[in-house]
Amino acid sequence: MRDLLALLAIVLAVPLAAQGSAPPAPYAYRQLDDPDQEAVARELMHTLRCIRCQSQSIADSDAPMAGDMRHQVRIRIAAGEEPEAVRRWLMARYGDYVSYEPVMSATTWPLFAIPPILALLAGLIVWRRLRRRA
Amino acid sequence: MSWRLWLPFLLFFGFAGLAAYQLSQPKDDTIKSTMVGKELPYFTLPPASLERPGVDSRYFYEGEPKLLNIWASWCLPCIAEAAQLEQLKDEGVEIVGVAIRDEPTDVMRFLTQHGNPYTRIGRDDLSEVQLAIGSSGVPETFVIDGKGVITYQHVGDIRHEHVPMLLEELRKAGR
Amino acid sequence: MIAELGLAALWLAAALAVLQLVGGALALRGGTESELAALTRPAAVLQGGLVALSFAMLLWVFAITDLSVKLVAMNSHSAKPLIFKLSGAWGNHEGSMLLWVTVMALAGALIAGIERRLPERTMQATLAAQGFVALGFYAFLLLSSNPFERLPQPAAEGLGLNPLLQDIGLAFHPPTLYIGYVGLSVAFSFAVGALITREVTPAFARAMRPWILGAWVFLTLGLVAGSYWAYYELGWGGYWFWDPVENAALMPWLAATALLHSAGVLASRDALRVWTIMLGVVAFSMSMLGTFLVRSGVLTSVHAFAVDPERGSFILLLLTLYIGGALLLFALRAGAISEGERFSVASREGALVVNNVMLSAILAVVLLGTLYPLLTEAFDVRVSVGPPYFNPVGAIFAFPMLAVMAVGPLLRWRRDSWGRISKELALVAAMLLAGIVLFAVLGEIALLPLLGLAFAVALAVASFLPLKGRRLKRVPIATWGMITAHFGIAVMLFGMASEGAFSQERLAALEEGGTTSVGPWAVRLEAVEPVAGPNWTALAGRLTVRHRDGDPQAIAPQSRNFWAPPQQTTESVLVTRWNGQLYAVMGGSSTDGRWQVRLWWKPFVTLIWYGGLLIALGGVLALVGRVRSDLKHRYISRRITERREERETA
Repeated sequence: MRDLLALLAIVLAVPLAAQGSAPPAPYAYRQLDDPDQEAVARELMHTLRCIRCQSQSIADSDAPMAGDMRHQVRIRIAAGEEPEAVRRWLMARYGDYVSYEPVMSATTWPLFAIPPILALLAGLIVWRRLRRRA
Repeated sequence: MSWRLWLPFLLFFGFAGLAAYQLSQPKDDTIKSTMVGKELPYFTLPPASLERPGVDSRYFYEGEPKLLNIWASWCLPCIAEAAQLEQLKDEGVEIVGVAIRDEPTDVMRFLTQHGNPYTRIGRDDLSEVQLAIGSSGVPETFVIDGKGVITYQHVGDIRHEHVPMLLEELRKAGR
Repeated sequence: MIAELGLAALWLAAALAVLQLVGGALALRGGTESELAALTRPAAVLQGGLVALSFAMLLWVFAITDLSVKLVAMNSHSAKPLIFKLSGAWGNHEGSMLLWVTVMALAGALIAGIERRLPERTMQATLAAQGFVALGFYAFLLLSSNPFERLPQPAAEGLGLNPLLQDIGLAFHPPTLYIGYVGLSVAFSFAVGALITREVTPAFARAMRPWILGAWVFLTLGLVAGSYWAYYELGWGGYWFWDPVENAALMPWLAATALLHSAGVLASRDALRVWTIMLGVVAFSMSMLGTFLVRSGVLTSVHAFAVDPERGSFILLLLTLYIGGALLLFALRAGAISEGERFSVASREGALVVNNVMLSAILAVVLLGTLYPLLTEAFDVRVSVGPPYFNPVGAIFAFPMLAVMAVGPLLRWRRDSWGRISKELALVAAMLLAGIVLFAVLGEIALLPLLGLAFAVALAVASFLPLKGRRLKRVPIATWGMITAHFGIAVMLFGMASEGAFSQERLAALEEGGTTSVGPWAVRLEAVEPVAGPNWTALAGRLTVRHRDGDPQAIAPQSRNFWAPPQQTTESVLVTRWNGQLYAVMGGSSTDGRWQVRLWWKPFVTLIWYGGLLIALGGVLALVGRVRSDLKHRYISRRITERREERETA
């Protein structure tokens, strides 16, 4: 599956140990104490793209920057921010790229327009096909 | 009926054209900061070395345009760009450093070895400033005008040929 | 010498592909009696043998770590275990392309060798098409990706294989997937052959079906293995990421699944002719498209193999030639193929049409989401499309499809009434409602996993309903295949929904002797110890885990450092119970001397892959059933001819 991807990881991977001498951010590998907040944060982290590693969510990456992003997400959620506000905060900095969940905009509308069209089309095909009796 | 049979063919050629165009384009994997053109977010960072003070975002709101250099002692390309930063400093440019995930001892060692072009160096252990200004890697260099607005982002190490370009960007920001 | 032998065999095979193409084409023009026509079949068979030889030579140079061969020097290392030396042969661009043509040539040899049901003209057209497609890939290998290239100076030591790939599951995952991908080339050639001769008949569908089934089984197994590998190797507990590389493997499967069902309709009822041909073209096109996406580097996340844009352009050229050519042929010829028999809404065909339309819609959504970033990048905007898009949008089409899948097999061909199966319908609907209510009461579950659980339960029951009122011994093997595969879908769905609904996560920083818990498990970190392997060193965390009041178990997940090439990986440990898996990962140390331990409890997660295996098993049963009945028919018709001849001579 990700084998091909992993292959290139060799080419790109700076050995992990070389990415900073400082320890990971406090909430990079630590859950929030409130399980409800943690669940919200976790769901959000799964939909945010790790900027350094290119094809993993920040919830699935050992890259230090992903850890720092998890830290940001957790402390912001703990501070009572709405998950969508955190997403918007990141998108204001990195653009649409950082969110795995496309947000409807001038550039992404076809992603939302085409599936309903497909559904209509599917309905139409089935209806027409089946209306013609044997 | 017959025009519909051409649809898959046409769709495919749309894709093939797009793919051919993309293949002919140089692959650009950088993720540009969308903070360019916006005001620097508020931050204060403690000093990362004994020799230079820390960084406060308010520092960028007065005086000449400055460079904000995101770097780290553990980053190899940062060594490569040290000479160019030195050159920029000699041209009279003020360079403010932000050291990402770094220890003061490592920072000191790096600066002794490769020179210290910075007037201030902030210590960003949690990549907070890096995330706040939309930087996606180390090293990166931002041009900040005298009013605290980010006007340009340079991704990757500064090569020799980038120096005049950065000087030009600084000049533009100063107007 | 050995490398040169492999290369020579490849050139010869390419020459035979030319012969196959020319022979087939001449046969179409001059009738099947031409002398060259007699050569197409032997050319295909010999070609298969030569490419297999070439691939064996590649394995050989990897086995002996011949460092004068560039590919070996770049991708292998003398200190690697033998099995990973061998898998290194296909763990890179050139080797995997050789594997690709090997599968393609062997499939070509197989149809040339054993396929006897197609009309001879269609057969010749099919073989010509197969030779034509193979030729392009030979050209690609020989001109721009020669796996046997020598270095001017033998290297002192190899650069090694990505440690993530040094894993037994992954050693066999690519070949499995490739057999599936490339096996679909047979369906593609069949479809092109039929478009050329315009002979789209039930006999054609019956001839094509076993090949689709075979490729589909391997695709299924490849996907299941790949997903399990991602799950245990990447160390974060995810099993499907909607990554472009994964989508590239999923899309051919979706197309092949649709093709399988529409070919069934064509075989039994002589309907959906044009649609089946279309899907035959699309399925292999998706394989080629996937290869392009993975190797050209046009999609950001897929930095994979071909860092060289020349290769990307070459594959795009092949794509244009084959997909473009086949679709052009389709546009020109499909109008001449009539649609076939009609049928009513409430019929097996009706249900299969819905299934096909829904599968195609899902395919379109996956394709859209995968290619969309490519489109926006042309305008210098970078977007990401990930799970939060694919899951709900795919579900819009998946759930109606699953509903139809539950009741479709109960309907009769051609014409049926809902009234006849009203009892079964009521049962399935009741199960579904009961499931939704039950799971909704059970806990706070998000909508998609909730629907998933309920559908899985209803579907599991429904998949066995076709057996109702039948003598089990009389049920054909192929029907058992369908039941097994559909039940497998239900099992897999339950696993996925359960993982989504009930998984628990614990990230803990433990000192030696520290304890934590996840779900019903109590976990204690006993000690952290260094471990040395053949080409790595690791830190192993000795953990004692205990499920409720059960016996404590000792496990030792590792954080490994490979040195050739240098890279860090996590070796997770899975503790499997009947009702789920405990997933334990050893992370790094924090400054205060504590260790990061990541733990997940994932109820019923293993059902995802058991379900996948059941689906593949269903495919195997169907294949066995089809082939057996074919052989029986062939035997009977031969006996009839023999009898007649005996009588005539008597």
